[in-house]
Amino acid sequence: MNASGFTTRLVALTRKETRQMLRDRSNLVVGLLLPVALILLFGYGLSFDVKNARLTVVLEDSSPTARQTVVGLQGSPYLAPVWVRTMDEAERLIRAGKTDAILRVPGDFSRQLADGNGRVQLLLNGVDSNTASTIEGYVSGALSTPVLQQADRTGNKSARAATIVIVQRTWFNEAGESTWYLVPGLIVLVMTLIGAFLTSMLIAREWERGTLESLFVTPVRPLELVLAKLAPYVVIGAIDLIMCLLAAKYLFQVPMRGSLMLIIGSSLLYLMVSLALGLFISGAMRNQFAASQMALLASFMPAMMLSGFIFDLRNVPVVIQVVSQALPATHYMSIIKTLFMAGDIWPDILRSCGILTLYALMLVAATRRKLGKTLE
Amino acid sequence: MNDAAATVVAQGLRKTFVGPDGNRFAAIDDVSLTVRAGELTALVGPDGAGKTTLIRMMAGLLKPDAGSLQVLGIDLTRDPQAVQDRISYMPQRFGLYEDLSVQENLTLYADLHGVPQAERRERFARMLEMTDLARFTERPAGKLSGGMKQKLGLACTLVRSPDLLILDEPSVGVDPLSRRDLWKIVQQLVHEEKLSVIVSTAYMDEAERCGQVFVFNRGRMLADGAPAKLRAWAHGVTFTARPPEAMPARELQARLIDRPELIIDAVPSGGSVRFIRRAGEDEKQLNEMLHDAPFAPRPEELEDAFMMLLRQAEDKDTKAAAKPAYEAPRVAAVSSNGANCQPVIVVRDLVRKFGDFMAVASTSFEVARGEIFGLLGPNGAGKTTTFRMLCGLLPATSGHLEVAGRNLRTARAEARGRIGYVSQKFALYGNLSVRENLEFFGGAYGLRGKALKARVAASLEQFDLEPSAQSGILPAGYKQRLAMATGLLHEPDILFLDEPTSGIDPLARRAFWRTITALAKSGVTIIVTTHFMEEAEYCDRIAIQDAGKVLALGTPHQVREQAGAASVMDMNSAFIAIVEQSRAQRETKGGAA
Repeated sequence: MNASGFTTRLVALTRKETRQMLRDRSNLVVGLLLPVALILLFGYGLSFDVKNARLTVVLEDSSPTARQTVVGLQGSPYLAPVWVRTMDEAERLIRAGKTDAILRVPGDFSRQLADGNGRVQLLLNGVDSNTASTIEGYVSGALSTPVLQQADRTGNKSARAATIVIVQRTWFNEAGESTWYLVPGLIVLVMTLIGAFLTSMLIAREWERGTLESLFVTPVRPLELVLAKLAPYVVIGAIDLIMCLLAAKYLFQVPMRGSLMLIIGSSLLYLMVSLALGLFISGAMRNQFAASQMALLASFMPAMMLSGFIFDLRNVPVVIQVVSQALPATHYMSIIKTLFMAGDIWPDILRSCGILTLYALMLVAATRRKLGKTLE
Repeated sequence: MNDAAATVVAQGLRKTFVGPDGNRFAAIDDVSLTVRAGELTALVGPDGAGKTTLIRMMAGLLKPDAGSLQVLGIDLTRDPQAVQDRISYMPQRFGLYEDLSVQENLTLYADLHGVPQAERRERFARMLEMTDLARFTERPAGKLSGGMKQKLGLACTLVRSPDLLILDEPSVGVDPLSRRDLWKIVQQLVHEEKLSVIVSTAYMDEAERCGQVFVFNRGRMLADGAPAKLRAWAHGVTFTARPPEAMPARELQARLIDRPELIIDAVPSGGSVRFIRRAGEDEKQLNEMLHDAPFAPRPEELEDAFMMLLRQAEDKDTKAAAKPAYEAPRVAAVSSNGANCQPVIVVRDLVRKFGDFMAVASTSFEVARGEIFGLLGPNGAGKTTTFRMLCGLLPATSGHLEVAGRNLRTARAEARGRIGYVSQKFALYGNLSVRENLEFFGGAYGLRGKALKARVAASLEQFDLEPSAQSGILPAGYKQRLAMATGLLHEPDILFLDEPTSGIDPLARRAFWRTITALAKSGVTIIVTTHFMEEAEYCDRIAIQDAGKVLALGTPHQVREQAGAASVMDMNSAFIAIVEQSRAQRETKGGAA
């Protein structure tokens, strides 16, 4: 009798939660439309790539060698060079914010180059340091090729000896496309979002409206309440996951080097963690406004800032590393990036999935305690 | 004690909470009681008496700090779930899911209580028929009226026949009609199914219908027993006095209640004043005080016994405080130059629509200077809408509206300067002190400098307020005095009070009305809404609204006559009769059309 009571109640509660979810438009907006908006925003709108960077070239040396050296700046989609005569003019442009960088080829460039000591000056607008370092990379790439060719052609051994040439090749993201790592990171954000914005309201709303009080005085058990509240949002999360994966594959052509089943499996695991965290916060706060603020601060913001989504965690202070290691989002981020870019690297995946499973169980248990059928 | 005959057995029960001032207080203090099975049991007491705390402990939602509590023979501290499996409980806010339909709410609770499908159909049909909700099964619970929500809440707790039904203040904030319907259902079930019901209430007429009554005040049980036994307490000390010709009943009532050493309680009722005298006090003094008002004994009621118990408890608590709580404020008497000639509020053909919905339909009335005018009506009748239009908070759709000689359409700001407004929730800043609140509201009304200082000092004196106390942690009755003081700072001609007495205990209500009658005497016009029908007796004239229309307008006496003569009829019955007449008319008209 007990087991059948459990099933009847769980089904009844799940049906109730589903109806409530579907009848509240704002749930569907946040649960389904916001992820779509994020996919489009991160996929198309935002990127760390710099295209058509404004570069001002001051060619003070008009020799063919100098011309030959800077010819590589043209015809690149990443740089849009503008030619000016004097340094004064170039400085005016950079001060007015009309150019991102100045490349100055001094008057004695070809002579110095012949001595194996060719130098050009690159001035970068450091206001946006990210853009500046990206442009630096572009310019040095564009310049090094002709110099090498030149050296080859003239057979100038000394030039070759004097220049240390770094041959660069980026693995896993050969083109250096930022969408390649933004999109997997986006899946982490979307999975976090449902927990932070949707489930964080659920228990608090019942506290505020006083419905929990009458629900408590029925044969309902706390675990049934928790499971019923998770169920409909797992479905929403799964729909979001499918959308993200489709967008990653077909819209942004992000490679999926690991197995799809692992991607889906680990995502659902993290989804449980995220939903349970939202529910726990909701149960602990008992107030919708406080719960949504807390969920934003404790779940969504850290997932965005500290999970390795934007900032490389190896370069942050130890304190922040400790905090970020405590975040479930960090572990999921590491799984999903590995799976997309590198492949099935089992030891890492097993370790991270283990941690996520622990989180999920702990949070469900903690939420169950919060719904311990008492008003105190 | 035989467990089979008792549903609840409590021994030395105690429960404490941390109050808003940071100190612990006992919400329930050393309470022992035994509730008999198979009948209606009432827990009565003013707000803050501990009724809800006790009920929540019975439902296993709160753990007692001390003492033992058995429900249906089960120790609650040991196995609350076993109790929760067998009882049904309706909290004060009904516990309905507003986004689910009536039927979906019923089905949810039936599933949760594990009602077999076979029993369900018959039970649902019965519940829907009793609650008259059969027509609305598809409607979301959030779109039902207050009374219907309450009936649905009851139906949800009764999807099966529980071993014990617990209702926490089911009639709070519900109009008299819905209240009567609810009691019909409960009494029918007690009669037919031998249901055991525990109900908490602040209404004595409801307690009177119960087999057993427990009276609470400030966490302690003052008395218990059958209504007849409790009523006997007041035997021989209850009287009715008739005021002399041309004296409003409330003036005689004020005279009586100002003599607490002789009189325990006095209320205006049906044009006379019902009062309770202190037993054994000097007959001569009473005769002297009522020299112009003939008085005669009347049969005692449960309400009388209740008021005596409360007054007794209060006297014990405040033995030191010599000052009676209801001392009249010293309001400077306003010379009555042409009073009652010029109406201060003129309302003609006032209409307010919200979309297609007619919230107020073609309403007209006038209020004279110094009058107390009451707006009464069931929930959703249009009281609040009318009220807000009068205060200039809501523009009218059409019609003429004049307040203090200013047309509200053209001179709203000017009219507002002449009125004071005390909202239902007492718009006070909880973390400011009493003085800071007064100074802020005074500034908001345009007072500054010396004038502000003088008015604040006068208000502190007049309402007997402690200037440095923090407003947020004051008791409800005190908060209400402060709210009144803020509304009167700028010495308005008209004072608007929106449900001023909801949530404060009967003694504080008497004190409140004493203040109001004194204000009216000094020339301030008072407009008040209330859902306590007996408070209409303090008003010079009342308007009863339902579905946006004014159904009755006049002195309490005229309204009672309209309801079908019989001046013995109390306001509650008069109100029900008038609303029912009008609804019946509307239905026959609707049927004919």
